[in-house]
Amino acid sequence: MTTLLTFPKGGVHPPAAKEYTAHLATEAMPVPDELEIILGQHIGAPCTPTVSKRAEVEEGELIGEVKKGLGVPLHAPVAGTIKTFGTSGHPMRVSAPSITIRTDQAAPARTYEKKAWSQLDAKELLAKVHNAGIIGIGGAGFPSHVKLSPPPDNPIDTLILNGAECEPYITADHRQMLERSAEIVEGAKIILKILGITTCHIGIENNKPDAISAMNVAVANAASEEFTIKVQPLQVKYPQGSEKQLIQAVTGRKVPAFALPSAVGVVVHNVSTTAAIHDAVVLDKPLYEKVVTISGKGISRPANLRVKVGTKLSDIVDYLGGVTDDLAKIVMGGPMMGFAVSSLDIPVTKTTSSVLFLAEDEIDTSPHSQCIRCGWCLEACPMGLEPKEVAIHVEAGRPQDTKQFGVFECFECGCCAFVCPAKRPLVQFIRLAKMKAAG
Amino acid sequence: MDPALVKLALGGVALLACIGLFFGIGLALAAHKFAVETDPLIEEVLESLAGAQCGGCGYPGCEGYAIAVVTDPDVPPNLCYPGKEKVAERVAELTGKKMAEIEDMIALVRCSRPEGRVSHKHEYIGFASCTAANLGFGGPSACQYACIGLGECAQACPFDAITMVDGFPAVNPDKCVSCGTCVKTCPKQIMVLQSLKARVYVPCSTKDIGKKVKEVCEVGCISCQICVKKCPAEAVRQDNGLIQIDQQKCLDYGPSCEEICVEKCPRDIFRRYDGRQVIRRHPENGLKMAG
Repeated sequence: MTTLLTFPKGGVHPPAAKEYTAHLATEAMPVPDELEIILGQHIGAPCTPTVSKRAEVEEGELIGEVKKGLGVPLHAPVAGTIKTFGTSGHPMRVSAPSITIRTDQAAPARTYEKKAWSQLDAKELLAKVHNAGIIGIGGAGFPSHVKLSPPPDNPIDTLILNGAECEPYITADHRQMLERSAEIVEGAKIILKILGITTCHIGIENNKPDAISAMNVAVANAASEEFTIKVQPLQVKYPQGSEKQLIQAVTGRKVPAFALPSAVGVVVHNVSTTAAIHDAVVLDKPLYEKVVTISGKGISRPANLRVKVGTKLSDIVDYLGGVTDDLAKIVMGGPMMGFAVSSLDIPVTKTTSSVLFLAEDEIDTSPHSQCIRCGWCLEACPMGLEPKEVAIHVEAGRPQDTKQFGVFECFECGCCAFVCPAKRPLVQFIRLAKMKAAG
Repeated sequence: MDPALVKLALGGVALLACIGLFFGIGLALAAHKFAVETDPLIEEVLESLAGAQCGGCGYPGCEGYAIAVVTDPDVPPNLCYPGKEKVAERVAELTGKKMAEIEDMIALVRCSRPEGRVSHKHEYIGFASCTAANLGFGGPSACQYACIGLGECAQACPFDAITMVDGFPAVNPDKCVSCGTCVKTCPKQIMVLQSLKARVYVPCSTKDIGKKVKEVCEVGCISCQICVKKCPAEAVRQDNGLIQIDQQKCLDYGPSCEEICVEKCPRDIFRRYDGRQVIRRHPENGLKMAG
């Protein structure tokens, strides 16, 4: 029995709620008649369309690229016609520029053939990752080719694959580890080759024993002299899947404040991103599909769906048989870090990992009260910050004085708000503080 | 009285006087030795300012502006909005700067949410601040450009010129000094400063296309651009989806156009403006909108 590792400070244990979808195999959703592809899917500059209105596009064809600055290209998820350039709903920005494609339902789905990659060098592999539009699809949306070219003054020695999936409800990565374990291990080898290192740890929380054994089998099947790949079971504790927490859990190294993981010689990639990197290199397939967990008591049929990027939530709801009468809240992303939305006119992006339809009894709408200085948020905070102080300052109209409490180190995991007995929306206060303290 | 007691009392008084004298001289010397050189002009300018500490000039308080206007030749003398023309003249006189024309401005709400009967797309539960509500999917209003109505502008106004009437801000033209604090505060950027001389005004900030606007609002601008085409002075243009009026061009052209923009607007959102109130073309259809 291997020992279960975890990060040392803070953390909480929200109800996992993964039983709705963990046992459900990923099913491919039929392509809807129209897709809305948001131009700014990643962190960095949004894409500029490379196609014109009424143009015919093939599945996987380039439709947008970043001319200047950080970013990755965008590809057509289906064969069809470019209908309009307009705006679409977006969970954070409310509305964002997008391309609407009318699907050609008669066109057959494109098939991809496996190609050998072992003779390609790191530079060629990296170019393939960039050209396929790969970004961190676990949620952050950071372009993967940037993570794979760390600054030369920080030598990397370890790759960590993030299979923690600590957010409640979400089972997309879990299903990927069960169904595509061999591809993930091969993707890991590709990343190791790009980085020029040999060690890889796959961190998986212990509430997914089937995923741990599936990955162990895949690692054993693909064992080679060249690389050391190891599955590392982790304790169940939120936010285990946060980059800095995962690095500390697996390697014991603490990433300094405001530094990147490369500062301690580590690169972290999500398991689903790794599978996408496999597809990009082995199949030459760009990233335009996404496994999304649709869960909660508010949807008629919870599922793990493989959908095309650009599929609207309304199409997903229709496919799954509609919402229930007691639906109270829709959250894009997990319940801890996701964004509540009040429209179904929102397309899935490369970073959408789940959409939760939460019923009345799954959420808490009771109003918040004054801070009672119990200090639970201090104990829960994995970064060792003081959320209560930030909130009190914001309420008192002094958000500009909150830098001293480390607001910019906060990654908004939501542990503080989860434990707060006064139901205070602490993350919201911190986001307000960040807005005002930055200016 | 006992002479011993008198002696004791006198002794105490004398001792205190000596201590007082000692520290008095000490402080006087210190004040002289460590005196901070201040430009008497700054003091004088500071005294002439309105002293509201509103920050409308863009400097940290009145003193910040006084220092800037005296020391920096590029800072114009007419930035003290609450002081209006009188203060600007005085500051110009003191600093020897050329007095530019000061335009009387007023804050206006570029939204007609109550008139347009904009519904709520969700219920907002959380910290009662517009900026906070805006973080949650753009706030509860069905129109993403509409006033959120939690009164952050009213709280921020240093002159109490904004009151919330049924969850919508109303600017009191008698109190507003056009300091611009509300303009900086509003997360939806619907507070604007407008010249008091302006003739027309569009109280809507939507950047959406007509179809989307019609779905959520009964009066919102639908970007039909009739105003842009009809204006004989070419003073109206649509910038990034938002109607903008070049007030100078509009004023220069004069009243001979009979405000054709107002008359032709199919949504009745182009309004006449008399410096105090925005006037609807058909006032019987709805209330006059204050401010």
